Amino acid sequence: MCHSELRSIEKNLDKFHQAGIRPVAISVDNPEINREQMVGNAGYTFTFLSDPNLDAIRRYDLVHAGAGENGHDIARPAEFLIDSKGTVRWLNLTENYFVRARPEQILEAAKTVSSEQ
Amino acid sequence: MNTQRFNWQIWAGFLLSLAASISYPVIFMRWPTTRDFPWVTLLLYVVAAALLVIGIRRAFASGRALKSKIAASILTALTLVIMGLFLFSTLIMSRWLPASQGAPQVGQKAPDFSLVDANGKTVSLSELLSSSTGGQQMSKPKGVLLIFYRGYW
Repeated sequence: MCHSELRSIEKNLDKFHQAGIRPVAISVDNPEINREQMVGNAGYTFTFLSDPNLDAIRRYDLVHAGAGENGHDIARPAEFLIDSKGTVRWLNLTENYFVRARPEQILEAAKTVSSEQ
Repeated sequence: MNTQRFNWQIWAGFLLSLAASISYPVIFMRWPTTRDFPWVTLLLYVVAAALLVIGIRRAFASGRALKSKIAASILTALTLVIMGLFLFSTLIMSRWLPASQGAPQVGQKAPDFSLVDANGKTVSLSELLSSSTGGQQMSKPKGVLLIFYRGYW
């Protein structure tokens, strides 16, 4: 699996924290996989959430039916920036699996959110 | 006898197309500039195609053994299959994503959720927005960036 997007977030974690933005990764992987692979092997230090039943993934309309291994339903790649009031301020729904939001792009979008009280 | 020498161009073209295809997931997908569009692979494909053209011309030159013509044809066909599969998966199949028209839009309320983190602790979006949970060196955040990804399944 390609981690380049998650890795780019980890690399820029200080900048995200300075901007007051907390990155949170969500997938269908269970907490054990997240603990062993993402926190353990890959060394990510931000929050990883498990959505094996696609609760949040469905609520955000991101279900990619049958796209996982063995035909499992998974999440399509997507990024949402949510402000402290719970309002969506920026989002990215890529049209190409290989094209993802870049940290600079997200931090730029976060500027107005960061400057708020 | 010169025409009967090893037709290295055809092999080089084939191996280069193979290496170019593999290099994308193994190496070039790591950086956004080489990931968003597989231009490194496509450049290498151009070189591979040029080698194949030279190799085919050599193989089909007069005085060349039938064996050499067959080998050149097979390697060319394999190369085209490799290139075709790569281009199909990176340029066409990669766009087979759900439209997600029901996704929350800018200005809308982000749907709340409660999910389990890597430590087995249940956290909600409102908790992530209002507290400094998760052992991060942060006070109350100004915002949360949700990154949905496919995972290992």
